[in-house]
Amino acid sequence: MKNFEYASARDTRQAVSFLGTDWNAARIMGGGTDLLDEMKERLVEPDRIVHLPMAALDYIKSTPRAIVIGATTTIATLETHPVIKQHLPGLAQAATSLATPQIRNMGTIGGNLCQRPRCWYYRNAEYPCLKKGGSTCYAKDGANKYNAILGGGPSYIVHPSDIAPMALALNASVRIAGPKGERLVPLDSFFTLPNKNITRENILEPNEIVTEIIVPTLPVGSRSVYLKVKERDTQDFALASAGVAVTLKNGVVQVARIALGGVAPIPWRAPEAEAIIKGHKLTPQLAQTAAEAALKNAKPLNDNAYKVPLAITTLRRALLAAMA
Amino acid sequence: MPKKMKITVVENGFDKEVEIEVPDEAGSWPKPDTMRVVNKREPRMDGFAKVTGHAKYALDVRPPGMLWAKMLRAPYGKARLKSIDTDAASKIEGFKAITGDPKAGREFSFAGEPVCAVAATSEEAADDALHALNAQWEALPAVTTLEKALSDVKNGDAGKNILGDPQKRETGNADAALQGAGTKVEGRYQTSTVHHVCLEPHGQTIAPGTGADSKKLTVWATTQGIQGIHEQFVSTSKLKASDVEVICEYMGGGFGSKFSIGPEGRFAWELSQQTGAPIKLLCDRKGEFQSQGNRPGYIADIRAAATPDGKITAIDVDNYGANSGGCAMPYVYKFDTSRTQQREVRLNAGAPTAFRAPGHPEASFMTEAVVDDLAYKVGLDPLEFRRKHFANDKKRMRQMAAGAQAIGWEQKFQKQPGSMPGAKKRGVGMAVHAWGGGGGPSTPITCKIHPDGSVEALSGTQDLGTGTRTVIAMIVAEELGLKPTDITVEIGHRSYGNAGGSGGSTTCASVSPAAFMAGLQARLALFNAVAPALSAKPDELELRDGTIAVKGNPARNLTWKQATAKLGMNPISSVGQWVPGLSSSGVAGCGFAEVEVDVETGKVHVVRYVAVQDSGLVINPTTWESQILGGVIQGLGYATLEERHLDPRDAGFLNANLLDYKVPMSKEIPEIIVINDPEPERGVIGVGEPPIISPGGAIANAVYNATGVRMRHLPITPDKFLMAMREQKGVA
Repeated sequence: MKNFEYASARDTRQAVSFLGTDWNAARIMGGGTDLLDEMKERLVEPDRIVHLPMAALDYIKSTPRAIVIGATTTIATLETHPVIKQHLPGLAQAATSLATPQIRNMGTIGGNLCQRPRCWYYRNAEYPCLKKGGSTCYAKDGANKYNAILGGGPSYIVHPSDIAPMALALNASVRIAGPKGERLVPLDSFFTLPNKNITRENILEPNEIVTEIIVPTLPVGSRSVYLKVKERDTQDFALASAGVAVTLKNGVVQVARIALGGVAPIPWRAPEAEAIIKGHKLTPQLAQTAAEAALKNAKPLNDNAYKVPLAITTLRRALLAAMA
Repeated sequence: MPKKMKITVVENGFDKEVEIEVPDEAGSWPKPDTMRVVNKREPRMDGFAKVTGHAKYALDVRPPGMLWAKMLRAPYGKARLKSIDTDAASKIEGFKAITGDPKAGREFSFAGEPVCAVAATSEEAADDALHALNAQWEALPAVTTLEKALSDVKNGDAGKNILGDPQKRETGNADAALQGAGTKVEGRYQTSTVHHVCLEPHGQTIAPGTGADSKKLTVWATTQGIQGIHEQFVSTSKLKASDVEVICEYMGGGFGSKFSIGPEGRFAWELSQQTGAPIKLLCDRKGEFQSQGNRPGYIADIRAAATPDGKITAIDVDNYGANSGGCAMPYVYKFDTSRTQQREVRLNAGAPTAFRAPGHPEASFMTEAVVDDLAYKVGLDPLEFRRKHFANDKKRMRQMAAGAQAIGWEQKFQKQPGSMPGAKKRGVGMAVHAWGGGGGPSTPITCKIHPDGSVEALSGTQDLGTGTRTVIAMIVAEELGLKPTDITVEIGHRSYGNAGGSGGSTTCASVSPAAFMAGLQARLALFNAVAPALSAKPDELELRDGTIAVKGNPARNLTWKQATAKLGMNPISSVGQWVPGLSSSGVAGCGFAEVEVDVETGKVHVVRYVAVQDSGLVINPTTWESQILGGVIQGLGYATLEERHLDPRDAGFLNANLLDYKVPMSKEIPEIIVINDPEPERGVIGVGEPPIISPGGAIANAVYNATGVRMRHLPITPDKFLMAMREQKGVA
């Protein structure tokens, strides 16, 4: 690990002022569970770490219009907080599904949304891949059983976050603090595909910080579910996952938002599936049809054709679980 | 009365038969129910030290003035070093030395092959120095995976150097049998290369002596063979054997891989010569995966036949190993005729080393899958099929009956595999195994009784986590009428005496007889010393309720402390040697798995596992059971999770870390039922290796019983299951 300067910020404003306009100059750190790993592997070598004290943005507020989650709220808090468990059970399920208790105790919701890819070509320093500013996606024609089947090209990473697909399905927005003040960005336009921005996975500038996640209050009759299939249950990233938020009236789907994890370089909205179930009672057959529609544009690589049926099953089950 | 006994000892590397005098009681253990300590559950003596961090490993030791060393390794399977800047490294603050051959132009033949090592005043400085070397590499076309190499060979595209010479073995006319009538199966069976995953990485901390001791060397090693490490350091350093001490009081896992000082040891020695300072050089996790061996993967094309009534008549195996010449095919089962051809495929990948029952789990999985296929094809319950095969083997029949009952075979066996309704389907499967595990006269044990009553047992052996320390204490305590915690066991130093390597499940069967004899001789010596005080002859004395008493007259006694006080200035020191009769070798066992497979996600969940094992006289049921649990869990990883992933172009090692190389963790561990098949009259037999053998075959067979999908490739991960399901059933 390259030596670095450690700057502990008093508040968000000061943290922003400690950051620079170059990713190599400074990086914001939450729990450090991802950033420090990257630094030990010398994948990133910032001159300065800006640490926002965990207490600074550690809150969950319930207002009539939204549930507002501070960015340094830990995953463990999300998992167990009564407001989240009661109103956003899918978010609590997403929190429980990830990493280990130790990591969940340190990792933050802001950091989770902004974590970097797990593709093994990205994580191994000897492969100067597109994500690291190189000229090749080694996964495309390499060992790619965990890589993308949707939205890939020129990089084929999958977005690693479990919080992101669920928060996207919940129509969440993030509040971003930067040198010019704050902006509020829906998650729908927060994440960026590799063909737009090859070295990053979202719109953040080097001197911007996610400070809050705002989840709009769901109407009466709403449900949320997060379902994730892992190769190893104890600790693993998703082979495929599905976040589903639906509002029902007399069993008929009024509103539906669906996002898939583990299959695309960003948490992947499935508007085709949403359209199919809207206005209908959800039967197992309809859930299957919707799930198949969500995957109909899948383009598997050499080793990951299995992800297509796996993702269909995951989404179908998540939809049915939301009805249950 | 003493009797004479012939034993074999190793002298200058050669076996030599010598005659020794042993008391009558030697040569057989008392019946288990007459023993107070042995064969009863005893907590690990070093458990407290381990869980509180007081136990110091080679990784923990920091002699004064120690430098940290790190190694530069080749990044790809075949790689040329284009350039390297040793000057820049030497300018890093804290840099002290570099060794190895860091020259541009050198070519390397596996990812992780050592290039050179640097030493610096801190771990961070060593890492900075490595980075400053700024090694630039060119990846060359490599032989990357077994599948690819094999298809190249079969298409005639592969260079001649890819394949080793075939090893052929033939019994009877397998071809004729395979062409004749009967039930046949044919398929490609495959296992993946897996790793030991020792939590303590390979390497050593070494310290040259200072001043008058400057020609001495102390080595803290993490090893299964202190004596072997000693020999290797003596040969590397050219120091006198008596001036090299090797210490391994605790070690964090070896599983067959820790017998060599490796390039880590040689580099550490060279760096200490250059600097005069102690050096710590242990692998990081990536280097550990890349360079410290593995259980090689295999691809075998197998044909087999059976008669309609379930007699296995022929097997033909064409087996290719990843940098390995073969494994013991067919495994355990006796086919009337067999033909095997095994060849090594030379990949640009790290070489195999011994790994807990080398060759067995892989051969077992492939053979058991074939046997299972034959059973279903002739229309027999696979358990029944095996009962027919082993009908004359009482032990196997007994063990299979115990295992079948514990798993609930009769209720859980799916007569029509895959027919259980719903996505989550359950089924059962089984496999059998065999192992050696005998002991020998390699490891003497010294038992000392001090006049203050304290007792020491010293041995040069190492405890690789199996509980050797506790076993020695228990046996000596049994012989002296004391509690195991009364015995101070000192092991893990070369200077404590000769010791055989802990490989092949031989430690317990070597150490236990020596501990028995050391304790016994020490007791007889103590009786000799105190007999006059009790006005009796030594052979009229016995241990009774914590005292030394005259037989038939328990009132005439001395407490332990009163007795040892009679030693005055002359502590007892007796050296126990291994004698025959207290240990033996050759075990059988079997495993039964119950699995639940989600056929829509391809997830295999092992619900329950029954391990049936004989291993003679169990000294400590607690550590015995612990070894079986560990073997089953490691076998479960082999069956469902673990796999080395190499880049298919340059053979870089992609998952050399503990996130992407997936070992079983808490949620993966099933209910494990351990059944002892007791044969205490056979004496002590090692059991470290056999329990890892059956899980691969038993779990894969249970997956078939649950789903009707035959998994011919381990590990059974969702991708493999879903694709096999599509191929075999045309769905998913």
